[in-house]
Amino acid sequence: MNGEALAFYFLATLLVGSALAVVLTKNLFHAVLWLALALTGTAGVFLLLDAEFLAAVQLLLYAGGIVTIVVFAIVVTERLVGERISQTSRHIAAGAAAAIALGWALISTVWQRPLAIVRPPMADDLTRLIGETVQTRFVLPFELLALLMLAGLMGAIYFARPED
Amino acid sequence: MGLQAYLTLAAVVFCIGLFGVITRRNTIGILLGIELMLNSVNINLVAFARFSADVTGMIFTVFTICITVAEAALGLAIVILLFRIRRTVMADQLDLLKG
Repeated sequence: MNGEALAFYFLATLLVGSALAVVLTKNLFHAVLWLALALTGTAGVFLLLDAEFLAAVQLLLYAGGIVTIVVFAIVVTERLVGERISQTSRHIAAGAAAAIALGWALISTVWQRPLAIVRPPMADDLTRLIGETVQTRFVLPFELLALLMLAGLMGAIYFARPED
Repeated sequence: MGLQAYLTLAAVVFCIGLFGVITRRNTIGILLGIELMLNSVNINLVAFARFSADVTGMIFTVFTICITVAEAALGLAIVILLFRIRRTVMADQLDLLKG
């Protein structure tokens, strides 16, 4: 077993374990911390796939941004309600059945035909390639994304404004 | 590791996220499940991009990450607003639109 396979199995175990903890743990705050671990594990998977820039974006935006926002939401709602909000689940059997059925369908589809095993060579500096492509071929979606972020920001401020 | 290993990992994480979305009663917990599902899609995109030596998939990943962050911020703002009005974050008590 080579180093890449070892790293993959380690990251896969980490990712699946922390994802299970996110959906199963009772304490909502702990669930967010497990989500942070799962997102960091995903950044590791991106590194394995030679996408260093995406791993950095993943850590900054996801593990940094989303986790901070969710922790704020939990703190605000707990302060308002004045007690700890515990995580309870319902429809566990139905949820497990749906998840297993979908998982079986997806995985059997993936393994139906042999897919690529060797990686074709790519540019050494993928970050430069991503930057150049975003600024040339994908410049319109990129600008639309900026517009979407602005709209999202204004919407979030509008929703969360203080009561008057 | 081949492409299939990465796709299988992403499928497993997606299904765990789906389980969370179905079973959680707390809306913040449902949002965490949605984050897991969106995250596994990113693994798929990057794996396909790397194994077909096409950078487009990675650029799509940049876009989905940004859109997910906007979605999380808006979703949590809606949760806080709902909480102010209804004093609960439990999804089965938020039945205002139920006829």
